[in-house]
Amino acid sequence: MAQRLKGLIQWLDERVGLGDIRALGTHKQVPIHRHSIWYYFGGTTLFLFGVQAITGILLTLYYRPSPEEAYESVRFITGEVEFGWLIRAIHGWTANLIILVAMIHLFSVLFLRAYRKPREGTWFTGFAMLLLFLGFGFSGYLLPWNELSYFATRVGTEIPGAVPFIGDTIVQVMRGGEEVTGATLSRFYGLHIAILPAMFTLLLGVHLFLVQRHGMSVPESVEKASAGKPARTMPFLPNFMLRDMVGWLGVLGLLAGLAALAPEGDGFFVKLELGEKADLFGATPAGLRPEWYFLAMFYSLKLLPGHIFGIDWLVGEQVGVLCFTLVGAAFFFLPLIDRGKRFLLVRVAGSLVLVWLIVFTILGRVMK
Amino acid sequence: MDRDPTLRSRRSFLDMVIGLGFTGLAAAVLYPVARYLIPPVRSGPGTRSVVLDPDDPAQVDPETRIFVFGSRPGILVKGPGGQWKAFSAVCTHLSCTVRFQAESNQIWCPCHNGLFDLNGRNIPGTPPPRPLEEFEVHEREDESGKKTLLVSKGRSA
Ligand code: FES
Repeated sequence: MAQRLKGLIQWLDERVGLGDIRALGTHKQVPIHRHSIWYYFGGTTLFLFGVQAITGILLTLYYRPSPEEAYESVRFITGEVEFGWLIRAIHGWTANLIILVAMIHLFSVLFLRAYRKPREGTWFTGFAMLLLFLGFGFSGYLLPWNELSYFATRVGTEIPGAVPFIGDTIVQVMRGGEEVTGATLSRFYGLHIAILPAMFTLLLGVHLFLVQRHGMSVPESVEKASAGKPARTMPFLPNFMLRDMVGWLGVLGLLAGLAALAPEGDGFFVKLELGEKADLFGATPAGLRPEWYFLAMFYSLKLLPGHIFGIDWLVGEQVGVLCFTLVGAAFFFLPLIDRGKRFLLVRVAGSLVLVWLIVFTILGRVMK
Repeated sequence: MDRDPTLRSRRSFLDMVIGLGFTGLAAAVLYPVARYLIPPVRSGPGTRSVVLDPDDPAQVDPETRIFVFGSRPGILVKGPGGQWKAFSAVCTHLSCTVRFQAESNQIWCPCHNGLFDLNGRNIPGTPPPRPLEEFEVHEREDESGKKTLLVSKGRSA
């Protein structure tokens, strides 16, 4: 048996060159230092993405994207299909965890300045993938076609309307018409299961290639401290990979626990319960809130008055959207902005954004 | 190899032609796709008016005062002077559905706590930047003496 396996491996090696791949992994070295823990968050995000791909594909087998059937088919999945509730719960929980983990990954890269030359491209693709995650979250939220998701989508798709000149066209393209209807559902479904995954796969490929190419970034403080001495490292294969996989196993356990104990979410930050079917003419339910990762923006928009300082042309919503866009753009272009000695500024600004995110997320959740 | 000036200009000319060709090709592919993404506008008359019995809970929700106006929700309230007033119930902030709030005697939007008075005017300091779109209301009486309301969109477009 072992003989057979060896033969098979050799057969493959002669044709595919397994040895080269192996050599790539064993040559790659992962630095060991007190910040090494942050290296694991990228891999964890990747693992969670795999979970999303698998559970997502499973959900498509029963889900039907039309206003007449969407809600009912999700009901069917959770109520009648064996383990359907589990698959949906894992998909829902992972959707939330993946954004949390990706954000931790992003901020750790920011504060360790790992985006500096030559890793700009890794940062650009990484940030773009985080935006895609938000797109996944936003489009996926509508698919069950329940009351909350319907109104959240109505508000969310209205926001680009604040853009001058082309705002209305953007809103129409997003909605597939003037209003949020079955046309929107079709669009979001296509986006969620085809367009976004395709774009994501492309970016992921570039991101991983660049990580492979440049190796892991060593924080400046560590570089300075170990000046002269060769830094401690471990081989990617098998040492780092095995540690990474222990982490994945832990995350899988966490997911299974969360999905089994709270299939409808924790009811506070993560809400997965199906609730009522969307009623296009019904009143908007009181206490409507978006998913937790949009709460900071949501609460900011809630605080801004229609006209700031009562000035006619200072429309609150437009000012808010402009600010979010500027912050997003600053994040994206960070490696280009942070030239020379500007890191202190980056650290301060990054901390401010982080504090805003945390405080406003909590306020957005608890304030009436 | 480019030392001969005629050769160089010939090469740059060819580069330009090829570049133009690819630009044209890209435009020819992208233009239809972009147009395809913009949904066609359904040109129909759309709903211009509805007849309502203000006391029928099946037509006007007694609590939220919301009624169905074509493909959008509307809201029917008694104005400050006791006359009927009807508005589009689509909030001018980010298009949630507004509702009547009895405690404050105002129109309230649950999404970001937007407020309007019973004339549909946005209360300054709350998120909505504009008043609600107003509908015209005409009281009518049918043969049996039952009062109904004709709610219609203002200026016909
Ligand atoms: S949508 Fe009405 S206040 Fe924001």
